Amino acid sequence: MSHINKNNYKASHKPIIWSLFAAGGTVTALLLSALILLIALAVPMGFISADMFHYDRIQQLLSNPLVRLVVFGIIFLSLWHAAHRMRCTMHDFGIRADGLVAVVFYGLALIMSIVLAIALI
Amino acid sequence: MSKSQKIRKVSFEVLRYDPDQDSEPYFQTYEVPCQDEWVILDAINYIKDELDRSLSYRWSCHMAVCGSCGLMINGEPKLSCHAFIRDMPDHIRVEPMDNFPIIRDLVVEMDGFVEKLADVKPYIHPKEERSIDDGCHTQSPEQLLDFQSLTQCINCMLCYSACPQVALNKDFIGPAAMALAHRYNLDSRDQGREVRKDVIASNKAIWECTFVGACSEVCPKHVDPAAAIQQAKIAATGDYFKSFLMPWTKKNKGNSEGEKS
Amino acid sequence: MDKKEQGQFGRRKVMKQSNGNYIRSTAKFSWYLKKPKYIPYMLRELSSLFVGVFCCFLVWGLYQLSQGEVVFNQWLNVLWNKLFWLNIVIFLFVFYHSYSWFMVTPKAMPIKFKGKRIPGWVIIAAHMIMWIVCSIVIFALFIYGA
Repeated sequence: MSHINKNNYKASHKPIIWSLFAAGGTVTALLLSALILLIALAVPMGFISADMFHYDRIQQLLSNPLVRLVVFGIIFLSLWHAAHRMRCTMHDFGIRADGLVAVVFYGLALIMSIVLAIALI
Repeated sequence: MSKSQKIRKVSFEVLRYDPDQDSEPYFQTYEVPCQDEWVILDAINYIKDELDRSLSYRWSCHMAVCGSCGLMINGEPKLSCHAFIRDMPDHIRVEPMDNFPIIRDLVVEMDGFVEKLADVKPYIHPKEERSIDDGCHTQSPEQLLDFQSLTQCINCMLCYSACPQVALNKDFIGPAAMALAHRYNLDSRDQGREVRKDVIASNKAIWECTFVGACSEVCPKHVDPAAAIQQAKIAATGDYFKSFLMPWTKKNKGNSEGEKS
Repeated sequence: MDKKEQGQFGRRKVMKQSNGNYIRSTAKFSWYLKKPKYIPYMLRELSSLFVGVFCCFLVWGLYQLSQGEVVFNQWLNVLWNKLFWLNIVIFLFVFYHSYSWFMVTPKAMPIKFKGKRIPGWVIIAAHMIMWIVCSIVIFALFIYGA
């Protein structure tokens, strides 16, 4: 009398999203705090001058396609890391509609990824 | 050497439940004169011997190797033989392990766990057929080190009581089952990883774990199932992509994971 | 004997199954409030919300950059003023994400060197150093890159 039979174990495709989660988590952990400090906090807190963010200067920094690719990669991975973890957190909060939650969060990540790609090309 | 004379009166609030008589569980309080060196199990034995013969509970070795005496002590899953009363307040709540059906009083039904454990096929799948004349397997100390801590599991199920995902999802295979599957996957004598993959890499196993880590915190034998599961996730991800990108690859040997240099 | 599916765990701490067995579950949906040790876990998981929000800010900012100087400056203005305190909160959560991520990294990476396991604190320290180095590199690249 096995109340868990083999049919309960379905093959999972989670590795795809989990790899993005793990890579994104590492990238976020290493880089994002510095990026937040630099981009969002350094100027209002007076550590660097607002001129560093002059439009022409930023365009010049991003002129190299390799730089744009790296920027895309960092934000892309961080987005999907956040999406997957938020989906799991919703489950922890007891929200049972996992399919819907997945569509919402992965959908958001997808939309943001597309906008990002458009912005950087 | 004289026995310790310090006696402390501790009140134990114990969950009682007799399915033949009670419609739901209730708490009964016992005053127990506890000696300084006592563990919770000693107090429960005192209750049964001196105060209330009807109390039901599991225990055996009294030294944290058999895994029988798991209970919730003041809300924390512990082995009752491994929880010293001198470290606890004067009022102690004793309940059966969380996340398991109660058979009676402090005795829980283990069947669900045992079936999940059997599902991961926790035994050596040898690489090739061997006869007695071939002699025994050989294994170096370094190969043993890969999985040794995982062999210490005593199947006490405290990790299942501690894990919030076990509570949220009753089909979740749980920490100990995955730790033991990983133990065999890491064993150099075993090549059962393919066989276990269907269960471990399924929708009810490693991918349901969110690395809360409570399992490893309560484990009395320091097995660290949380670490084993994370390593299994990495291994399973590797297998998954290999099967797509290199479908011609031979079946993976079980002993190549966990070893990076 | 078959155990009837109990469905949602949620509301009740103790439920009766069809065979009369009681199952006790901690699966109240406020389970993480029951013990202090679950709070760090939930904060760690929630940090992903703030990661996601900041990434949206960045995507928005890069898009405004592609649309011209005026809207880009408007974005900078909003980011630095209206969103300042939110960004402080985001920074704290992302910092906590980094810290908690590196603390668990040794568990997932049982690296051996010359037959012995590298101790966990070494792996953590190496990652923390990498974190600091990466941060310095980011600042340096930005300040001196143009």
